[in-house]
Amino acid sequence: MLVWSRPGRIMLWLLLALIFGVLFLAPLAVILLSSLADQWNGVLPNGLTMEHYTDVIKGSAWNSIKASLITGFLASALALVSGTWAALSLRLQWHALRRLLGLLFFIPSAVPSVSVGLGLLVAFSHPPLLLNGTVAIVMIAHFVLISAFTFGNVSAGLARLSPDFEQVASSLGARPAYRLWHVTLPLLAPYLVAAFGLSFALSMGELGATVMVYPPGWVTLPVSIFSLTDRGDIFAGAALTMILVAATLVLLLGLERITARATGS
Amino acid sequence: MSEAVALDAPATRREPGKFWIVPPAALLALLFFYPLALIARQAFLDDSGVANAAEIFRVLHSRFFLNALINTVTISVAATAGCLIVGLVLALILAFVPFPGSGFIARLIDTFIALPTFLVTLAFTFLYGSAGMLNTGLMEAFSLPLPPVDFLYSTWGVVLAEVTVYTPFILRPLLAAFSLVDRGQIEAASVLGARPFRIVRQVILPAAVPALIAGGSLCLLLTVNEFGIVLFIGAKGVITLPLLIYGKAIQESAYQVACIIAVVNIALSLGLFGLYRFAAGRLGG
Repeated sequence: MLVWSRPGRIMLWLLLALIFGVLFLAPLAVILLSSLADQWNGVLPNGLTMEHYTDVIKGSAWNSIKASLITGFLASALALVSGTWAALSLRLQWHALRRLLGLLFFIPSAVPSVSVGLGLLVAFSHPPLLLNGTVAIVMIAHFVLISAFTFGNVSAGLARLSPDFEQVASSLGARPAYRLWHVTLPLLAPYLVAAFGLSFALSMGELGATVMVYPPGWVTLPVSIFSLTDRGDIFAGAALTMILVAATLVLLLGLERITARATGS
Repeated sequence: MSEAVALDAPATRREPGKFWIVPPAALLALLFFYPLALIARQAFLDDSGVANAAEIFRVLHSRFFLNALINTVTISVAATAGCLIVGLVLALILAFVPFPGSGFIARLIDTFIALPTFLVTLAFTFLYGSAGMLNTGLMEAFSLPLPPVDFLYSTWGVVLAEVTVYTPFILRPLLAAFSLVDRGQIEAASVLGARPFRIVRQVILPAAVPALIAGGSLCLLLTVNEFGIVLFIGAKGVITLPLLIYGKAIQESAYQVACIIAVVNIALSLGLFGLYRFAAGRLGG
Protein backbone atom coordinates (compact mmCIF):
# COMPACT_ATOMS: atom_id res chain seq x y z
CA MET A 1 0.00 0.00 0.00
CA LEU A 2 1.52 3.28 -1.14
CA VAL A 3 -1.15 5.79 -0.19
CA TRP A 4 -2.50 5.52 3.33
CA SER A 5 -5.03 8.33 3.55
CA ARG A 6 -8.54 7.35 2.56
CA PRO A 7 -9.34 10.48 0.49
CA GLY A 8 -6.04 10.03 -1.37
CA ARG A 9 -6.86 6.44 -2.22
CA ILE A 10 -10.35 7.35 -3.37
CA MET A 11 -8.92 10.09 -5.61
CA LEU A 12 -6.54 7.60 -7.22
CA TRP A 13 -9.31 5.05 -7.71
CA LEU A 14 -11.45 7.71 -9.36
CA LEU A 15 -8.52 8.52 -11.67
CA LEU A 16 -8.21 4.84 -12.54
CA ALA A 17 -11.96 4.59 -13.16
CA LEU A 18 -11.78 7.64 -15.43
CA ILE A 19 -8.88 6.32 -17.54
CA PHE A 20 -10.34 2.83 -17.67
CA GLY A 21 -13.80 4.14 -18.47
CA VAL A 22 -12.74 6.54 -21.22
CA LEU A 23 -10.11 4.37 -22.88
CA PHE A 24 -11.37 0.82 -22.46
CA LEU A 25 -14.95 0.55 -21.26
CA ALA A 26 -16.53 3.33 -23.33
CA PRO A 27 -15.31 2.01 -26.73
CA LEU A 28 -16.67 -1.49 -26.08
CA ALA A 29 -19.92 -0.19 -24.61
CA VAL A 30 -20.48 2.21 -27.47
CA ILE A 31 -19.85 -0.46 -30.13
CA LEU A 32 -22.40 -2.69 -28.39
CA LEU A 33 -24.89 0.18 -28.12
CA SER A 34 -24.48 1.25 -31.75
CA SER A 35 -24.89 -2.30 -32.99
CA LEU A 36 -28.31 -2.27 -31.31
CA ALA A 37 -29.25 1.35 -32.11
CA ASP A 38 -32.41 1.94 -34.09
CA GLN A 39 -31.74 5.58 -34.91
CA TRP A 40 -29.07 7.70 -33.36
CA ASN A 41 -29.57 11.44 -33.65
CA GLY A 42 -29.13 12.62 -30.06
CA VAL A 43 -26.68 11.73 -27.32
CA LEU A 44 -28.27 8.30 -26.92
CA PRO A 45 -30.01 6.14 -29.52
CA ASN A 46 -33.77 6.72 -30.02
CA GLY A 47 -34.52 3.04 -29.68
CA LEU A 48 -32.99 -0.40 -29.71
CA THR A 49 -33.32 -3.00 -32.42
CA MET A 50 -31.81 -6.31 -33.50
CA GLU A 51 -32.23 -5.24 -37.13
CA HIS A 52 -28.52 -4.71 -37.83
CA TYR A 53 -27.71 -8.21 -36.64
CA THR A 54 -30.44 -9.81 -38.75
CA ASP A 55 -29.36 -7.65 -41.71
CA VAL A 56 -25.72 -8.63 -41.55
CA ILE A 57 -26.53 -12.29 -40.95
CA LYS A 58 -28.89 -12.28 -43.95
CA GLY A 59 -26.31 -10.49 -46.06
CA SER A 60 -22.83 -11.68 -46.86
CA ALA A 61 -21.79 -11.67 -43.20
CA TRP A 62 -22.22 -15.38 -42.76
CA ASN A 63 -19.68 -15.95 -45.55
CA SER A 64 -17.25 -13.60 -43.80
CA ILE A 65 -17.67 -15.40 -40.48
CA LYS A 66 -17.04 -18.70 -42.25
CA ALA A 67 -14.02 -17.32 -44.12
CA SER A 68 -12.54 -15.90 -40.90
CA LEU A 69 -13.12 -19.07 -38.87
CA ILE A 70 -11.71 -21.40 -41.54
CA THR A 71 -8.72 -19.14 -42.20
CA GLY A 72 -8.08 -18.72 -38.48
CA PHE A 73 -8.36 -22.43 -37.79
CA LEU A 74 -6.19 -23.65 -40.66
CA ALA A 75 -3.55 -20.93 -40.30
CA SER A 76 -3.35 -21.45 -36.53
CA ALA A 77 -3.16 -25.24 -36.90
CA LEU A 78 -0.35 -24.95 -39.44
CA ALA A 79 1.42 -22.33 -37.31
CA LEU A 80 1.07 -24.60 -34.27
CA VAL A 81 2.62 -27.57 -36.07
CA SER A 82 5.44 -25.56 -37.62
CA GLY A 83 6.06 -23.44 -34.51
CA THR A 84 6.18 -26.48 -32.20
CA TRP A 85 8.32 -28.34 -34.69
CA ALA A 86 10.72 -25.40 -34.93
CA ALA A 87 10.89 -24.87 -31.16
CA LEU A 88 11.53 -28.57 -30.49
CA SER A 89 14.12 -29.09 -33.21
CA LEU A 90 15.88 -25.85 -32.29
CA ARG A 91 16.85 -27.49 -29.01
CA LEU A 92 19.01 -29.96 -30.94
CA GLN A 93 21.08 -27.21 -32.57
CA TRP A 94 24.44 -25.85 -31.73
CA HIS A 95 24.25 -22.78 -29.47
CA ALA A 96 25.08 -19.95 -31.92
CA LEU A 97 22.91 -21.41 -34.69
CA ARG A 98 20.08 -21.82 -32.19
CA ARG A 99 20.19 -18.12 -31.32
CA LEU A 100 20.32 -17.02 -34.95
CA LEU A 101 17.46 -19.29 -36.06
CA GLY A 102 15.42 -18.33 -33.00
CA LEU A 103 15.75 -14.70 -34.04
CA LEU A 104 14.80 -15.47 -37.66
CA PHE A 105 11.63 -17.28 -36.53
CA PHE A 106 10.65 -14.13 -34.59
CA ILE A 107 11.19 -11.64 -37.39
CA PRO A 108 7.78 -12.04 -39.13
CA SER A 109 6.14 -10.48 -36.06
CA ALA A 110 8.27 -7.35 -36.51
CA VAL A 111 7.53 -6.69 -40.17
CA PRO A 112 4.46 -4.58 -41.01
CA SER A 113 1.61 -6.83 -42.10
CA VAL A 114 0.99 -4.76 -45.23
CA SER A 115 4.55 -5.51 -46.34
CA VAL A 116 4.02 -9.22 -45.72
CA GLY A 117 0.98 -9.00 -48.00
CA LEU A 118 2.93 -7.03 -50.61
CA GLY A 119 5.74 -9.60 -50.55
CA LEU A 120 3.30 -12.46 -51.13
CA LEU A 121 1.74 -10.58 -54.05
CA VAL A 122 5.15 -9.91 -55.61
CA ALA A 123 6.37 -13.48 -55.06
CA PHE A 124 3.33 -15.55 -55.96
CA SER A 125 1.66 -13.63 -58.78
CA HIS A 126 3.18 -15.70 -61.57
CA PRO A 127 3.96 -19.36 -62.33
CA PRO A 128 5.28 -21.74 -61.10
CA LEU A 129 3.67 -20.58 -57.85
CA LEU A 130 0.60 -18.69 -58.96
CA LEU A 131 -1.35 -18.14 -55.77
CA ASN A 132 -2.59 -14.58 -56.30
CA GLY A 133 -6.39 -14.59 -56.26
CA THR A 134 -6.67 -17.90 -54.40
CA VAL A 135 -7.82 -18.64 -50.87
CA ALA A 136 -4.43 -20.19 -50.16
CA ILE A 137 -2.63 -16.84 -50.27
CA VAL A 138 -4.88 -15.51 -47.47
CA MET A 139 -4.05 -18.57 -45.35
CA ILE A 140 -0.34 -18.14 -46.07
CA ALA A 141 -0.44 -14.46 -45.08
CA HIS A 142 -2.13 -15.32 -41.78
CA PHE A 143 0.23 -18.23 -41.20
CA VAL A 144 3.32 -16.05 -41.73
CA LEU A 145 2.04 -13.33 -39.38
CA ILE A 146 1.03 -15.62 -36.52
CA SER A 147 3.83 -18.19 -36.82
CA ALA A 148 6.24 -16.01 -34.83
CA PHE A 149 3.76 -15.76 -31.93
CA THR A 150 3.17 -19.52 -31.89
CA PHE A 151 6.90 -20.17 -32.02
CA GLY A 152 7.49 -17.66 -29.19
CA ASN A 153 4.77 -19.13 -26.96
CA VAL A 154 5.88 -22.73 -27.48
CA SER A 155 9.55 -21.82 -26.93
CA ALA A 156 8.66 -20.02 -23.71
CA GLY A 157 6.68 -23.06 -22.56
CA LEU A 158 9.53 -25.38 -23.45
CA ALA A 159 11.98 -23.24 -21.48
CA ARG A 160 9.78 -23.55 -18.38
CA LEU A 161 9.53 -27.32 -18.72
CA SER A 162 11.66 -29.25 -16.28
CA PRO A 163 14.12 -31.44 -18.25
CA ASP A 164 13.88 -34.14 -15.55
CA PHE A 165 10.87 -35.91 -17.03
CA GLU A 166 12.51 -36.28 -20.42
CA GLN A 167 15.79 -37.44 -18.88
CA VAL A 168 14.01 -40.01 -16.73
CA ALA A 169 12.06 -41.25 -19.73
CA SER A 170 15.27 -41.41 -21.72
CA SER A 171 17.13 -43.31 -19.00
CA LEU A 172 14.24 -45.78 -18.84
CA GLY A 173 14.96 -46.49 -22.50
CA ALA A 174 12.24 -44.44 -24.19
CA ARG A 175 13.13 -43.71 -27.80
CA PRO A 176 13.01 -40.05 -29.00
CA ALA A 177 9.72 -40.45 -30.86
CA TYR A 178 8.06 -42.17 -27.92
CA ARG A 179 9.47 -39.58 -25.53
CA LEU A 180 8.21 -36.72 -27.69
CA TRP A 181 4.71 -38.17 -28.03
CA HIS A 182 4.19 -39.47 -24.50
CA VAL A 183 6.25 -37.08 -22.36
CA THR A 184 7.21 -33.77 -23.97
CA LEU A 185 4.06 -32.99 -25.94
CA PRO A 186 1.62 -33.78 -23.09
CA LEU A 187 3.68 -31.59 -20.75
CA LEU A 188 3.67 -28.88 -23.35
CA ALA A 189 -0.08 -29.18 -24.02
CA PRO A 190 -1.25 -26.15 -21.97
CA TYR A 191 1.22 -23.92 -23.80
CA LEU A 192 0.15 -25.37 -27.15
CA VAL A 193 -3.50 -24.63 -26.37
CA ALA A 194 -2.64 -21.08 -25.28
CA ALA A 195 -0.53 -20.55 -28.41
CA PHE A 196 -3.35 -21.83 -30.61
CA GLY A 197 -5.87 -19.53 -28.92
CA LEU A 198 -3.71 -16.44 -29.29
CA SER A 199 -2.96 -17.16 -32.96
CA PHE A 200 -6.63 -17.78 -33.68
CA ALA A 201 -7.54 -14.46 -32.07
CA LEU A 202 -4.80 -12.63 -33.98
CA SER A 203 -5.92 -14.21 -37.23
CA MET A 204 -9.56 -13.26 -36.62
CA GLY A 205 -8.57 -9.59 -36.28
CA GLU A 206 -5.91 -9.48 -39.01
CA LEU A 207 -6.50 -6.72 -41.54
CA GLY A 208 -3.28 -5.34 -43.10
CA ALA A 209 -2.06 -8.37 -45.02
CA THR A 210 -5.55 -9.69 -45.76
CA VAL A 211 -6.66 -6.47 -47.39
CA MET A 212 -3.65 -6.74 -49.73
CA VAL A 213 -4.20 -10.32 -50.91
CA TYR A 214 -7.84 -11.41 -50.44
CA PRO A 215 -9.72 -12.75 -53.48
CA PRO A 216 -13.34 -11.55 -54.02
CA GLY A 217 -14.90 -14.77 -52.70
CA TRP A 218 -12.99 -14.89 -49.42
CA VAL A 219 -13.72 -11.69 -47.50
CA THR A 220 -12.73 -12.07 -43.84
CA LEU A 221 -14.62 -10.32 -41.02
CA PRO A 222 -12.26 -7.33 -40.60
CA VAL A 223 -12.23 -6.64 -44.35
CA SER A 224 -16.00 -6.95 -44.39
CA ILE A 225 -16.32 -4.54 -41.44
CA PHE A 226 -14.03 -2.10 -43.21
CA SER A 227 -16.05 -2.14 -46.43
CA LEU A 228 -19.31 -1.69 -44.48
CA THR A 229 -18.04 1.33 -42.55
CA ASP A 230 -16.30 2.73 -45.63
CA ARG A 231 -19.69 2.70 -47.36
CA GLY A 232 -21.14 4.62 -44.39
CA ASP A 233 -23.05 1.66 -43.00
CA ILE A 234 -21.46 2.06 -39.56
CA PHE A 235 -24.30 0.43 -37.60
CA ALA A 236 -23.96 -2.79 -39.59
CA GLY A 237 -20.18 -2.47 -39.17
CA ALA A 238 -20.68 -2.24 -35.40
CA ALA A 239 -22.94 -5.30 -35.40
CA LEU A 240 -20.36 -7.30 -37.33
CA THR A 241 -17.60 -6.05 -34.98
CA MET A 242 -19.62 -7.31 -32.00
CA ILE A 243 -19.90 -10.71 -33.70
CA LEU A 244 -16.11 -10.69 -34.18
CA VAL A 245 -15.48 -9.67 -30.56
CA ALA A 246 -17.93 -12.27 -29.24
CA ALA A 247 -16.40 -15.03 -31.37
CA THR A 248 -12.88 -14.09 -30.23
CA LEU A 249 -13.83 -13.92 -26.55
CA VAL A 250 -15.77 -17.19 -26.60
CA LEU A 251 -12.79 -18.83 -28.24
CA LEU A 252 -10.31 -17.44 -25.73
CA LEU A 253 -12.48 -18.27 -22.71
CA GLY A 254 -13.05 -21.80 -23.97
CA LEU A 255 -9.35 -22.36 -24.51
CA GLU A 256 -8.55 -20.87 -21.12
CA ARG A 257 -10.86 -23.41 -19.48
CA ILE A 258 -9.16 -26.24 -21.35
CA THR A 259 -5.76 -24.92 -20.24
CA ALA A 260 -6.93 -24.56 -16.64
CA ARG A 261 -8.19 -28.14 -16.62
CA ALA A 262 -4.96 -29.42 -18.20
CA THR A 263 -2.72 -27.66 -15.68
CA GLY A 264 -5.09 -28.42 -12.81
CA SER A 265 -5.10 -24.83 -11.61
CA MET B 1 28.78 -57.57 -31.78
CA SER B 2 25.26 -56.82 -30.78
CA GLU B 3 26.59 -54.75 -27.90
CA ALA B 4 28.65 -52.58 -30.28
CA VAL B 5 25.55 -51.86 -32.35
CA ALA B 6 23.61 -50.89 -29.24
CA LEU B 7 26.37 -48.52 -28.18
CA ASP B 8 26.69 -46.93 -31.59
CA ALA B 9 23.00 -46.47 -32.11
CA PRO B 10 22.35 -43.46 -29.84
CA ALA B 11 25.23 -41.50 -31.38
CA THR B 12 24.04 -42.03 -34.94
CA ARG B 13 20.47 -41.30 -33.87
CA ARG B 14 21.35 -37.99 -32.29
CA GLU B 15 23.12 -36.61 -35.36
CA PRO B 16 20.13 -36.62 -37.79
CA GLY B 17 18.24 -34.72 -35.08
CA LYS B 18 19.95 -31.58 -36.29
CA PHE B 19 18.15 -31.81 -39.64
CA TRP B 20 14.67 -31.73 -38.11
CA ILE B 21 14.94 -27.93 -38.20
CA VAL B 22 14.97 -27.97 -42.02
CA PRO B 23 11.20 -28.32 -42.74
CA PRO B 24 9.98 -25.38 -40.60
CA ALA B 25 12.99 -23.27 -41.62
CA ALA B 26 12.36 -24.01 -45.30
CA LEU B 27 8.69 -23.09 -44.90
CA LEU B 28 9.66 -19.78 -43.29
CA ALA B 29 12.25 -19.11 -45.99
CA LEU B 30 9.82 -19.80 -48.84
CA LEU B 31 6.80 -17.96 -47.42
CA PHE B 32 8.48 -15.05 -45.65
CA PHE B 33 12.13 -14.40 -46.50
CA TYR B 34 11.82 -15.13 -50.24
CA PRO B 35 8.92 -12.62 -50.66
CA LEU B 36 10.88 -10.14 -48.54
CA ALA B 37 13.92 -10.52 -50.79
CA LEU B 38 11.70 -10.00 -53.86
CA ILE B 39 10.39 -6.74 -52.36
CA ALA B 40 13.98 -5.52 -51.99
CA ARG B 41 14.82 -6.69 -55.53
CA GLN B 42 11.81 -4.96 -57.03
CA ALA B 43 12.64 -1.80 -55.07
CA PHE B 44 16.26 -1.56 -56.23
CA LEU B 45 16.16 -3.03 -59.75
CA ASP B 46 13.92 -2.28 -62.70
CA ASP B 47 12.42 -4.92 -65.01
CA SER B 48 15.66 -5.44 -66.97
CA GLY B 49 17.63 -6.01 -63.75
CA VAL B 50 19.47 -2.67 -63.77
CA ALA B 51 19.81 -0.63 -60.61
CA ASN B 52 17.12 2.00 -60.56
CA ALA B 53 18.59 4.89 -58.61
CA ALA B 54 16.53 7.61 -60.31
CA GLU B 55 13.21 6.08 -59.30
CA ILE B 56 14.35 5.44 -55.72
CA PHE B 57 15.61 9.02 -55.50
CA ARG B 58 12.31 10.35 -56.91
CA VAL B 59 10.18 8.38 -54.42
CA LEU B 60 12.35 9.18 -51.41
CA HIS B 61 12.18 12.90 -52.22
CA SER B 62 8.49 12.96 -53.05
CA ARG B 63 6.07 14.95 -50.94
CA PHE B 64 3.76 11.95 -50.25
CA PHE B 65 6.62 9.80 -48.96
CA LEU B 66 8.11 12.48 -46.70
CA ASN B 67 4.67 13.34 -45.32
CA ALA B 68 3.96 9.69 -44.59
CA LEU B 69 7.35 9.25 -42.93
CA ILE B 70 6.85 12.33 -40.73
CA ASN B 71 3.31 11.21 -39.85
CA THR B 72 4.47 7.69 -39.00
CA VAL B 73 7.27 8.89 -36.74
CA THR B 74 5.16 11.62 -35.06
CA ILE B 75 2.25 9.27 -34.42
CA SER B 76 4.35 6.42 -33.08
CA VAL B 77 6.48 8.62 -30.81
CA ALA B 78 3.42 10.47 -29.45
CA ALA B 79 1.41 7.25 -29.02
CA THR B 80 4.31 5.52 -27.26
CA ALA B 81 4.74 8.48 -24.91
CA GLY B 82 1.00 8.35 -24.19
CA CYS B 83 1.10 4.59 -23.59
CA LEU B 84 4.04 4.99 -21.19
CA ILE B 85 2.27 7.66 -19.14
CA VAL B 86 -1.14 5.95 -19.07
CA GLY B 87 0.42 2.53 -18.51
CA LEU B 88 2.57 3.80 -15.65
CA VAL B 89 -0.33 5.55 -13.92
CA LEU B 90 -2.60 2.49 -14.29
CA ALA B 91 0.11 0.07 -13.16
CA LEU B 92 1.03 2.19 -10.12
CA ILE B 93 -2.57 2.33 -8.95
CA LEU B 94 -3.32 -1.33 -9.72
CA ALA B 95 -0.16 -2.58 -8.02
CA PHE B 96 0.31 -0.25 -5.06
CA VAL B 97 -3.15 1.12 -4.27
CA PRO B 98 -5.10 -2.08 -4.86
CA PHE B 99 -8.83 -2.43 -4.37
CA PRO B 100 -11.22 -5.39 -4.59
CA GLY B 101 -11.41 -6.21 -8.30
CA SER B 102 -8.14 -4.59 -9.34
CA GLY B 103 -6.86 -7.94 -10.56
CA PHE B 104 -9.96 -8.33 -12.68
CA ILE B 105 -9.47 -4.85 -14.20
CA ALA B 106 -5.86 -5.71 -15.07
CA ARG B 107 -6.98 -8.91 -16.80
CA LEU B 108 -9.75 -7.08 -18.65
CA ILE B 109 -7.24 -4.56 -20.02
CA ASP B 110 -5.06 -7.52 -20.99
CA THR B 111 -7.77 -9.02 -23.19
CA PHE B 112 -7.61 -5.88 -25.33
CA ILE B 113 -4.42 -7.35 -26.77
CA ALA B 114 -6.52 -10.03 -28.48
CA LEU B 115 -9.13 -7.66 -29.95
CA PRO B 116 -8.71 -6.13 -33.43
CA THR B 117 -7.19 -2.66 -33.33
CA PHE B 118 -9.73 -1.01 -35.63
CA LEU B 119 -12.51 -1.69 -33.09
CA VAL B 120 -11.31 1.31 -31.11
CA THR B 121 -11.38 3.61 -34.12
CA LEU B 122 -14.91 2.53 -34.95
CA ALA B 123 -15.97 3.20 -31.36
CA PHE B 124 -14.27 6.60 -31.41
CA THR B 125 -16.37 7.57 -34.44
CA PHE B 126 -19.47 7.05 -32.32
CA LEU B 127 -17.94 8.79 -29.31
CA TYR B 128 -16.00 11.74 -30.73
CA GLY B 129 -17.08 11.95 -34.40
CA SER B 130 -18.82 15.08 -35.68
CA ALA B 131 -22.21 13.41 -35.04
CA GLY B 132 -20.90 11.44 -32.07
CA MET B 133 -22.11 11.36 -28.47
CA LEU B 134 -19.70 13.97 -27.12
CA ASN B 135 -20.35 16.54 -29.83
CA THR B 136 -24.12 16.05 -29.83
CA GLY B 137 -24.15 16.33 -26.06
CA LEU B 138 -22.11 19.54 -26.05
CA MET B 139 -24.20 21.05 -28.88
CA GLU B 140 -27.45 20.27 -27.06
CA ALA B 141 -26.17 21.50 -23.71
CA PHE B 142 -24.73 24.79 -24.92
CA SER B 143 -26.85 25.19 -28.09
CA LEU B 144 -23.79 25.36 -30.29
CA PRO B 145 -24.24 25.57 -34.07
CA LEU B 146 -21.19 23.44 -34.91
CA PRO B 147 -19.57 20.35 -33.34
CA PRO B 148 -16.95 21.75 -30.92
CA VAL B 149 -14.72 18.66 -30.62
CA ASP B 150 -12.83 18.03 -33.83
CA PHE B 151 -9.69 16.00 -33.23
CA LEU B 152 -10.79 12.55 -34.42
CA TYR B 153 -9.86 12.88 -38.09
CA SER B 154 -6.44 14.30 -37.29
CA THR B 155 -3.13 12.86 -36.13
CA TRP B 156 -4.38 13.15 -32.54
CA GLY B 157 -7.36 10.91 -33.20
CA VAL B 158 -4.97 8.20 -34.39
CA VAL B 159 -2.67 8.81 -31.41
CA LEU B 160 -5.51 8.48 -28.88
CA ALA B 161 -6.76 5.27 -30.53
CA GLU B 162 -3.23 3.81 -30.51
CA VAL B 163 -2.74 4.73 -26.84
CA THR B 164 -5.89 2.72 -26.04
CA VAL B 165 -4.81 -0.25 -28.09
CA TYR B 166 -1.14 -0.45 -27.04
CA THR B 167 -1.24 0.54 -23.34
CA PRO B 168 -1.74 -3.14 -22.35
CA PHE B 169 1.69 -3.88 -23.86
CA ILE B 170 3.23 -1.48 -21.29
CA LEU B 171 0.94 -2.47 -18.44
CA ARG B 172 1.75 -6.17 -18.61
CA PRO B 173 5.56 -5.97 -18.13
CA LEU B 174 5.14 -3.12 -15.62
CA LEU B 175 2.81 -5.15 -13.39
CA ALA B 176 5.24 -8.05 -13.62
CA ALA B 177 8.12 -5.78 -12.57
CA PHE B 178 6.07 -4.22 -9.76
CA SER B 179 5.18 -7.64 -8.35
CA LEU B 180 8.92 -8.07 -7.63
CA VAL B 181 9.28 -4.78 -5.74
CA ASP B 182 9.84 -5.35 -2.04
CA ARG B 183 6.74 -4.12 -0.21
CA GLY B 184 8.69 -3.85 3.03
CA GLN B 185 10.98 -1.27 1.47
CA ILE B 186 7.99 0.89 0.50
CA GLU B 187 6.43 0.56 3.92
CA ALA B 188 9.73 1.41 5.60
CA ALA B 189 10.11 4.51 3.44
CA SER B 190 6.52 5.41 4.23
CA VAL B 191 7.00 4.97 7.97
CA LEU B 192 10.13 7.12 7.79
CA GLY B 193 7.92 9.86 6.42
CA ALA B 194 8.63 9.73 2.68
CA ARG B 195 5.70 11.05 0.66
CA PRO B 196 4.17 8.76 -2.02
CA PHE B 197 5.62 10.89 -4.83
CA ARG B 198 9.11 10.47 -3.45
CA ILE B 199 8.67 6.71 -2.96
CA VAL B 200 7.53 6.38 -6.55
CA ARG B 201 10.53 8.37 -7.79
CA GLN B 202 13.20 6.78 -5.64
CA VAL B 203 12.02 3.22 -5.00
CA ILE B 204 9.48 2.16 -7.60
CA LEU B 205 10.63 3.91 -10.79
CA PRO B 206 14.17 2.50 -10.79
CA ALA B 207 12.64 -0.98 -10.67
CA ALA B 208 10.28 -0.08 -13.51
CA VAL B 209 12.85 1.36 -15.94
CA PRO B 210 13.73 -1.91 -17.73
CA ALA B 211 10.03 -2.74 -18.18
CA LEU B 212 9.34 0.79 -19.43
CA ILE B 213 12.18 0.59 -21.97
CA ALA B 214 11.19 -2.86 -23.21
CA GLY B 215 7.47 -2.04 -23.34
CA GLY B 216 8.16 1.36 -24.90
CA SER B 217 10.29 -0.04 -27.70
CA LEU B 218 7.67 -2.73 -28.39
CA CYS B 219 5.05 0.05 -28.57
CA LEU B 220 7.21 2.03 -31.00
CA LEU B 221 7.51 -1.05 -33.21
CA LEU B 222 3.79 -1.85 -33.13
CA THR B 223 2.69 1.75 -33.73
CA VAL B 224 5.09 2.16 -36.68
CA ASN B 225 3.49 -0.96 -38.21
CA GLU B 226 -0.12 -0.07 -37.30
CA PHE B 227 -2.51 -0.18 -40.23
CA GLY B 228 -6.11 -0.84 -39.15
CA ILE B 229 -6.52 2.24 -36.98
CA VAL B 230 -5.23 4.63 -39.65
CA LEU B 231 -7.27 2.94 -42.39
CA PHE B 232 -10.49 3.17 -40.35
CA ILE B 233 -9.94 6.85 -39.45
CA GLY B 234 -9.83 7.37 -43.21
CA ALA B 235 -8.54 10.94 -42.93
CA LYS B 236 -6.90 12.25 -46.09
CA GLY B 237 -4.23 14.13 -44.15
CA VAL B 238 -3.20 11.20 -41.97
CA ILE B 239 -1.29 8.85 -44.27
CA THR B 240 1.37 6.64 -42.65
CA LEU B 241 3.92 4.37 -44.37
CA PRO B 242 1.80 1.16 -44.19
CA LEU B 243 -1.21 3.04 -45.54
CA LEU B 244 0.89 4.50 -48.35
CA ILE B 245 2.14 1.02 -49.31
CA TYR B 246 -1.47 -0.23 -49.43
CA GLY B 247 -2.56 2.80 -51.48
CA LYS B 248 0.27 2.55 -54.01
CA ALA B 249 0.05 -1.23 -54.46
CA ILE B 250 -3.70 -1.89 -54.37
CA GLN B 251 -5.32 1.37 -55.45
CA GLU B 252 -2.70 2.60 -57.96
CA SER B 253 -1.02 -0.72 -58.89
CA ALA B 254 2.33 1.05 -58.58
CA TYR B 255 4.19 -1.98 -57.25
CA GLN B 256 7.69 -0.61 -57.58
CA VAL B 257 6.86 2.55 -55.61
CA ALA B 258 5.12 0.38 -53.01
CA CYS B 259 8.21 -1.83 -52.74
CA ILE B 260 10.56 1.14 -52.27
CA ILE B 261 8.38 2.47 -49.44
CA ALA B 262 8.06 -1.03 -47.99
CA VAL B 263 11.86 -1.36 -47.82
CA VAL B 264 12.04 1.86 -45.79
CA ASN B 265 9.19 0.74 -43.54
CA ILE B 266 10.69 -2.73 -43.00
CA ALA B 267 14.13 -1.22 -42.24
CA LEU B 268 12.54 1.10 -39.68
CA SER B 269 10.62 -1.80 -38.10
CA LEU B 270 13.63 -4.11 -37.96
CA GLY B 271 15.67 -1.36 -36.32
CA LEU B 272 12.99 -0.98 -33.66
CA PHE B 273 12.75 -4.77 -33.34
CA GLY B 274 16.49 -4.85 -32.64
CA LEU B 275 16.02 -2.16 -30.01
CA TYR B 276 13.18 -4.14 -28.43
CA ARG B 277 15.19 -7.40 -28.38
CA PHE B 278 18.13 -5.57 -26.85
CA ALA B 279 15.92 -3.98 -24.19
CA ALA B 280 14.02 -7.19 -23.47
CA GLY B 281 17.33 -9.07 -23.30
CA ARG B 282 18.68 -6.62 -20.73
CA LEU B 283 15.41 -7.05 -18.85
CA GLY B 284 15.99 -10.80 -18.86
CA GLY B 285 12.79 -11.62 -20.72
